[in-house]
Amino acid sequence: MDQSEILIAICGMAVVTCLPRILPALFLSGRRLHPAIARWLGFVPATVLAALLAPGLLCPEQKLMISFDNIFLVAAVPAFAAALFLKNFFATVAVGMGVVALARYFF
Amino acid sequence: MSERNAVPPPLSTLIQNALPTVLPVILGYLPVGFAYGVLAEKSGLSLFNTVTMSVLVYAGSAQLIGTGLIAGGGGAAALIFTTFVVNLRHLLMSAALATRLTDWKKWQVALFTAEMTDETFALHSLRLAAANPPKAETFAVNLFAHSAWIIGSLTGFLVGGRITDVKPIGLDYALPAMFIALLTPQVMKPLYLAMAVLAAALSVTLLLLGFDRIHVILATMICATLGACLAPWINRKSS
Repeated sequence: MDQSEILIAICGMAVVTCLPRILPALFLSGRRLHPAIARWLGFVPATVLAALLAPGLLCPEQKLMISFDNIFLVAAVPAFAAALFLKNFFATVAVGMGVVALARYFF
Repeated sequence: MSERNAVPPPLSTLIQNALPTVLPVILGYLPVGFAYGVLAEKSGLSLFNTVTMSVLVYAGSAQLIGTGLIAGGGGAAALIFTTFVVNLRHLLMSAALATRLTDWKKWQVALFTAEMTDETFALHSLRLAAANPPKAETFAVNLFAHSAWIIGSLTGFLVGGRITDVKPIGLDYALPAMFIALLTPQVMKPLYLAMAVLAAALSVTLLLLGFDRIHVILATMICATLGACLAPWINRKSS
């Protein structure tokens, strides 16, 4: 894509990001989502984030790599621990990136 | 300060009240925005497009995925569709905030929720539940967080040209680490954890089988549907 195509894509990204943010708050005040839809949407964050995360951790080079040589997989352990115990967005990202940086420096 | 409700609070008061509230979010957005800026520069985005994406889209995971897709030669349709799926989670947050905004004007609701992210949602749901803070202060919180994101992106792009390799500083782990930070609070209940593990396994399996464009959306749809079907049945059994 050239820069003008990227700009068009960005505008499209902005529309599909803004609508789910704005529309429910605008039209739902006082009303509720249908319980089945709300239940389905409730599972979307956990499943989409897991589906996005797993390939990056388990197959960093498009091939399954479950070993201590896989830094991304190893760094996920302290990052999950940070998310679980510190409950802090920034601390989790810092721990993950820090472990990867240190592992590359020492090994 | 007796006329506080009649006239808008002075700017200094606004900053004094909003800044400490939003500071933890700012401290997170500056470095992650920086990571996005560096990766955007490395993916070949122009300065204008890098900053425009932070202004208009303002969604960390979607923007980081976007730089990866652009670097990998992905098209606009794939970019927009992936963004849509990744940001669908905002539907629920917006619906949850709706109950707190009943006395707001429509344009104020639109302006406010357009800048809603995972982190500011968490902040606002606490703030708006506790009391009825001045609207100007609520908008200031959003504006500060968004500004930090844009400043981080801009700095990252400008410094990015001097960084030859992002690997020694672990910048290529910004996105996985961000997913971990967002995923963990979502899987505190057993059924949600089970569906997340299943989605992870399915996503990897589909990728390895060669479905490398649709593995994420397919795994999400299947596991979210399965979870939604199992939830009432499991709740009935346990009660």
